[in-house]
Parts: sequence; structure tokens; C-alpha cells
Amino acid sequence: MGLTVGGPFAIEVEHLSKTYEGKVTAVEDVSFQVPTGEVFGLLGPNGAGKTTTLRVLITVLRPTGGSARVLGMDVVEQANEVRQAIGYVPQERAIDRFLTGREHLQLLASLYHIPKDKAPARIEAVLKLVNLEHKADEVARNYSGGMKRKLDIACGLIPDPRVLFMDEPTLGLDVESRLKIWEHIRQLKARGITVLLTTNYLDEADQLCDRITIIDGGRVKAIGSPNELKSGLGGDIVTLTLAAGDLDKVEALAQAVKGQAGVKAVSTKQNVLDIRVASPEAALPAILGAVTARGCRLEFVDYHRPRLDDVFLAHTGRRIKEE
Amino acid sequence: MEQYLQEVGALTMRWVKRLSRERFSMLFTLAQPMVFWLIFFGNLFQKTANTEVTQAPSYIAFLAAGVVVMTILNNGLAGGTDLLFDKENGFLERMMSTPISRTSVIISRFLFVMTITSGQVLVILGVAYLYGVHPVTGFGGVAVIILIGLMFGVGLTAISMALAFSVKSHGDFFSMLSFLSLPMIFLSSALVPLSAMPGWMAVLAQLNPMTWAIDAVRPLILTGWGAALPKIGIVIIIMAVFDSICLYGAAKAFRKTLG
Repeated sequence: MGLTVGGPFAIEVEHLSKTYEGKVTAVEDVSFQVPTGEVFGLLGPNGAGKTTTLRVLITVLRPTGGSARVLGMDVVEQANEVRQAIGYVPQERAIDRFLTGREHLQLLASLYHIPKDKAPARIEAVLKLVNLEHKADEVARNYSGGMKRKLDIACGLIPDPRVLFMDEPTLGLDVESRLKIWEHIRQLKARGITVLLTTNYLDEADQLCDRITIIDGGRVKAIGSPNELKSGLGGDIVTLTLAAGDLDKVEALAQAVKGQAGVKAVSTKQNVLDIRVASPEAALPAILGAVTARGCRLEFVDYHRPRLDDVFLAHTGRRIKEE
Repeated sequence: MEQYLQEVGALTMRWVKRLSRERFSMLFTLAQPMVFWLIFFGNLFQKTANTEVTQAPSYIAFLAAGVVVMTILNNGLAGGTDLLFDKENGFLERMMSTPISRTSVIISRFLFVMTITSGQVLVILGVAYLYGVHPVTGFGGVAVIILIGLMFGVGLTAISMALAFSVKSHGDFFSMLSFLSLPMIFLSSALVPLSAMPGWMAVLAQLNPMTWAIDAVRPLILTGWGAALPKIGIVIIIMAVFDSICLYGAAKAFRKTLG
């Protein structure tokens, strides 16, 4: 094919902006790079700009600023070459309910100009990859949500892409189907395919993605592997919830806890203390000692290693809404 | 070129496959209402319609040309519907992310709608034939009728596809279509000749390209080549202008959606 490979990065996004009709800014100054072979997640709430970014990368939307390259090819200047090299799995179940699974794949094979004699083998291969062989000749109307998703993914794999773009791959699926889709995505990674996916599921970002970019309000808030981002928060988290009657003691307690060994930072919100600790062994007894010494009544104590939702909260100032 | 044919062929076959799966709803929604116009409206006004005004042996014979062009109108205006659904469920975006020529989707739709329309024109002429309306110009005349139909249909289908790509919701799409369709029919020579219309309606009807299509189709059915040829000449020019305007306008909507 004579495709040029643009160094170690499958996807490079530089200062990307998209403003609709000169008014609504969906994405502003977004930059990130995805090394070849990674599963990379764009994490953010609905309307954060994830899908806009993805639509620019799959060449169906022109950016109003900045640039993006896939496999070294510019998504605007070399749109057709990019299209030839990528697969796309849309957010909606983009399924024609009157066609069978196989007919979908035959259509896609023709749109990717796969020769008529080579198409059947390719179609069998992707059907097998997503375990849909037994339902291939049934009209999609009769498919379950999970099966439609599998067909979506199969369609995205028809061109044998080196980079696969997936928009909310498990949105609205039941737990079992989600785990299966994750398994498929891991298989794709094992085959050397670079996967860029958008998600507003924290666990999906955490467990599936090698690295994630947190996007909120059209801007990049943080980039890194889930573990890097979590340890970047600086320590584990102890949350104390005081009884509602002890609201007046919160500030004093916070001051007392701040001085204890192993405590790095304390923040308060109403009757809740959010305490960052370096080592729980030293800090926990000291914190609880301070609580007892002041006669505070505890309603709830929680200790956990930082989770991705803590990361999200720390970088965006709010919690992601899972739906 | 070979790739282009492969795309357009596969996309057109998709519409054909859909039609074969939705056979009943398609037949009932597209063919039937027009046949009803011919049978019921035609017979209903048989006695009321003055043959000296219509200049036709029977009202059905007069109405046949009108119903043929109404079929073309309705098919054309509905031509973008499937693309509207494709846009809404993401299928269109999936197609646009593949390395196809940006025009393939549009061309496949034109091919499909034009084929269906031609078939339905034949059905209408067949039903009219059963009522004793035999086109005096024979098969050659029928071929010209279809040709006029295709010329009118291209512009209409372009409008419909442009609307499908531009509207915010499919409610808007369908209400705009039904808003367009009835005035187009009443303000044309489909149901009565212009000479029998109130003056202001006749003026508006003359601005309606549908009138010119009907006025060329009608002599092909009723009178003969001699009367039809000048009308055919005029309609070809009018349709060329009509199609150019529609395609020019639609191209903007296409470019905005398809890139």
C-alpha cells in the first residue's frame, strides 16, 4: 500500500480546536499522542468533547484549529488515505435492521474496495473474531444489544485496520456483554492494533486503557496511565464523615489532623474531611486519636487507595456522572 | 472507476435489499395511494367533470397524466427518507468514515429512487389501461413519459435528500414534505386543466414545474405525437433548469454533511 508510518505514534493531535458555526466551542487546544499498539481512552462526561475529537480523527469533521495525524497522515489533507487505514465503531448502534450481519459486512467490504474474491474470507475472519458466525445470516432486527455491538465492531474490523476508533464501546450494555467487549478489545491490542476509545465509564478507563486523557469542557485536564494519574494525587485517601450535630467541630478537627504524622493534606466540605495520607499505618491511629481527643462522633470512615474518580474530581473539580 | 462502481453497486443493492425485506410497507405506502387517486378520484368525478373542459374522453383518461406525475412527485419528495434515518442512527457517518467517493451515497439513492419511480409509473399506466386509457403514442410514448418522470424526479429527490441532511429532527422533515406536496398537486394541471382554474390559481400553477410535466405527459396519453412534441421540448428545458437549481442548492447541503 505504500503507507507512510509516522514514527512511534499512531495518533498525534496538536492544539486541536473545533468551534461550531463560529459560536459553540466543542474542543479547545486539545493535544495528545498515542503510541502504536496502545489502548488509549478519552475519558469525560457527556458533552466533554470526546466524540468531537474522535470525529475529527476519523475525518468526518474538519477541525477549526490545530491539526491531527493518524499513522503520520494528516486527517484533513490526506483524509482518504486515513480512511483506508482506520476502522470506526460508532456510538449509536449504526445498524440497518433490515440487513443481516453478513450483508452489513459485505457492504463494508465493498466500501473498502476489498476484491470480490477476497471478501468472503475476510468476512468469515471478523465474524469469528467477534463470535457472531452462528447469527451472521439473521436480520439485525433480531439481534440483542450485545450482538449489535459485536456487529458494529466486526464492521469496524473489515478493513483490517491498524488503528481502530471506538465511540463509547460499551454504552448501555449489560455487565456480561461489557466484559466480552473488553475481552475483544484486549484481543485486538494483542494483534497489534492501536485502539482509541471514548468512554464515560471510570472502570472501563481504569481496567481497559493503557493510558487515558481526561477531557472536560472541551479541554484536556490530565494525561497518563491510570496508575500514574492515581499516584499523582499524592497518597491514599481517608474520608471522615462526622455526625451532623458536630458540624462546628469540623474545622478544629481538620487543624488537629493536619499536624499528625503521615498526613499530607486535609480538605473539608460540610461535615466531611478528606485527608491525604502518605502511609496509612502511621496516619490512621493518629487521625482516630485526634477524633477521640475532641469528642467528635463519627458517622462513617472510609479509607481507600486513590480511584480514578478521585483523579477525575481532582482535575475537574467535579465527579463524573455515570449513567 | 472500478472502485466507484463497486461502491455505488453495493450501496444501491443495500436499498434493493431493504425494499425486499420491507416489501409490504413499501408497496402500500408508495404504490397504493396513487392507485387510489386514479380509481376513486377518477371514478368519483366521472360525471361531474365536463369532458368539454377536460378535453378528454373520460375523467380517468384526463387524470391519468396527473396521477403519473403525482407518483413521481411523492416518490421524489420521499426519496431522502432512508438517508434521514441513516443520518440519525449513525449509519451515514459510518459510511463517510470509509474511503468512498463522497458522491456514491447520493448517486446510489438517485439510481434506486429513479428505478422504483419508473416501475410505479408503469403500474399507474397499467391500472389506467384497465380502465380503457390506452396511451395513443404506444411504447415510445411510455418511454418518453418515464424520461420526463426521471427528469422531474432527479430535482425532487435532490430536494428531499438535501432536506434530510439539513433538518434538525425527522418531525421537521415529514411536516415540510406534506406541506410541499399538497399545494404542488392542487396548483398544477393534475386535477383540472388550467383553463378551468380561477385566474390566480392558474397563474401559480404555471410557475409549478409539475404543470409542465403533466402538460407534456397528457397529450402522449390522449392526443398523439403531433400535439406532444412541442410540449416535450418545453418540459425538457424547464426540467433542465429545475434540476440545475435543485442540484445546485442540494450540493451545498451535501457538502456540509458529507464533507
